[in-house]
Amino acid sequence: MTRPFIAARGMNVFYGDKQALFDIDLDIEANKVTALIGPSGCGKSTFLRTINRMNDLIANCRFDGSLQIGGQQVYDTAVDVVALRAQVGMVFQKPNPFPKSIFDNVAYGLKIHGLASSKSELQDRVEWSLKSAGLWDEIANRLDQPGNSLSGGQQQRLCIARTIAVQPKVILMDEPCSALDPIATAVIEDLIDSLREDYSIVIVTHSMHQAARISQRTAFFHLGRLIEAGDTTQMFTTPREEQTQNYITGRTG
Amino acid sequence: MINLTKQAGFDLARRHRAEQRFQWAGRLAILTSLAFLVFMTGSILIDAAGVVRRTQIAVAVDLKSGLVDPADITSASFGAILKSGLRAQFPEVSTRRQKKKLYNLVSPEGSFEIKRQVRDDPALLGGVQTLWLTASDDLDLYLRGKIDTSLPENRRRISNAEVTWIEELQQAGQIRRVLNWGFLTGGDSREPEIAGILSALIGSLFSLAVCFSLSFPIGIGAAIYLEEFAPKNRISDLIEVNINNLAAVPSIVFGLLGLSIFLGYMGLLRSSPLVGGMVLALMTLPTIIIAARASLRSVPPSFKEAALALGATPVQAVFHHVLPVAMPGMLTGAIIGMAQALGETAPLLMIGMVAFIVDLPQSILEPATALPVQIFLWADSPERAFTEKTAAAIIVLLIFLIAMNLIAILLRRKLEQRF
Repeated sequence: MTRPFIAARGMNVFYGDKQALFDIDLDIEANKVTALIGPSGCGKSTFLRTINRMNDLIANCRFDGSLQIGGQQVYDTAVDVVALRAQVGMVFQKPNPFPKSIFDNVAYGLKIHGLASSKSELQDRVEWSLKSAGLWDEIANRLDQPGNSLSGGQQQRLCIARTIAVQPKVILMDEPCSALDPIATAVIEDLIDSLREDYSIVIVTHSMHQAARISQRTAFFHLGRLIEAGDTTQMFTTPREEQTQNYITGRTG
Repeated sequence: MINLTKQAGFDLARRHRAEQRFQWAGRLAILTSLAFLVFMTGSILIDAAGVVRRTQIAVAVDLKSGLVDPADITSASFGAILKSGLRAQFPEVSTRRQKKKLYNLVSPEGSFEIKRQVRDDPALLGGVQTLWLTASDDLDLYLRGKIDTSLPENRRRISNAEVTWIEELQQAGQIRRVLNWGFLTGGDSREPEIAGILSALIGSLFSLAVCFSLSFPIGIGAAIYLEEFAPKNRISDLIEVNINNLAAVPSIVFGLLGLSIFLGYMGLLRSSPLVGGMVLALMTLPTIIIAARASLRSVPPSFKEAALALGATPVQAVFHHVLPVAMPGMLTGAIIGMAQALGETAPLLMIGMVAFIVDLPQSILEPATALPVQIFLWADSPERAFTEKTAAAIIVLLIFLIAMNLIAILLRRKLEQRF
């Protein structure tokens, strides 16, 4: 078994007085797609948002325990969240391109991090990102048009292109297909599968089928606790816990 | 059986009546306010019509007989030259009193007008010249039928003798009415016929420029910090409540504050647009901050989240993504604040921008007055002709206001086009 890239140990997260995550121990491996599943309010999104510390934006959110990425503590005073988020990218539930042109959307991360030294390099890297996100062929001749003029599925791929442009190590996806139709979903799923070679992907999904189709590892959350985690094929064929069995067969949820 | 008509029940008749009632009440309200608006602008326009033209009298003045030294034009007594010119035309006038009335046909500015014409064209010297000079406001009013000649002579401003002179002049073609550009290009005057609005307009412009350059950056900065960065605790709550209350403080209080702090304590220049603009800035700050915060709050948080998730610092996220989206709304708030400031009189009175300004202010440090204060001053003047000046000044103020709003709309449209 490969060494885990992200490792949570005894992780507790609180929103004010309310505890959202209880004593989570979870390993996430590099270059694999890990699906986080579970009913609404089970804490899977909270877990996702602790990885790039987006929970810091919530005023009374508190973290307790240990979360390591590549052997480094995420919640440590020495950590600069800007550096963390530059290397742990995120794709949101609702496509949220900036109200700028397609080109500027992808170029933004490159510009703020100073990752392109010249205009032509910037163009090359934008093109590379859009190609990697499978969007280039559709929009190559209208890069100057606003990002939100695209269809929902295209917008979400634009957001993925924007994220991979800065070449993070990890990509977090928070139900990226929940606002999309089945065809756009299929395109994104193929894309996620192809991105696995270069990135570690953690994806929250409500769809069992999606988890089964695209992930190699699955973690099942329920009421803030991690019930079971393991290889996706094993989880969906022979789950160890009865709760998992009930959820993935649709008996509870 | 299904019945789809009004008679189907469901209390329909009453519900439809209530709907009709409400719609008519709304239409009535709009019609009433429109009527008031038409009445107001109409009466102002009618009053202001008299300012469009000014009356001039042609007077033959003797510029030869050694009265004017070509080397030193300013030392000549043009008043005496003008008077003798008038006397020459009406030799029958003999008494002191009648002479005074005769001289009053021409504006007291007349002698300066001769001086200016001579200075601009020295060739006029050395002969008797017929020059067009501004007539007095009473003559102007009489010509336009604003003086009721059926009143007893001692109760009107134009005597019978003056009426005869005016008629004589008219028959000789020595009276004409020309476009009154002086109103738009001149400063204030005690004489309504030559009083102009430009000095007040410039004063207002300077004050607003100071006000905008202070209140916009400070207001936007405060709004951004309070909305996006400040911790939400009791202190920030207190600040918010205070800002909301400040927006409702009567403007004269800000005037008092300016008087005691800017003038009394800091010793800045009295009556200057600098201090006026600073006081107006204090007054508009709450408006700008409140509008800017509302505008920032309306930006979807997803833009900021997306930027932060990409590794932008909070300041970058706000300035690159939140601010551009919020900018049109912020500008609208700022323009509303500026419009308020433009129409504000009370605080300017407190800091002495109520001065009688004849010369056009050249900088924000020179004494000046402002449009609404000028309107106030003219409305307060006893001369009948100042009523028209007041109305015309109100129109200038309204045009200024409309122009400001127009710029705001154009600016907003331009900013909003960026996706």
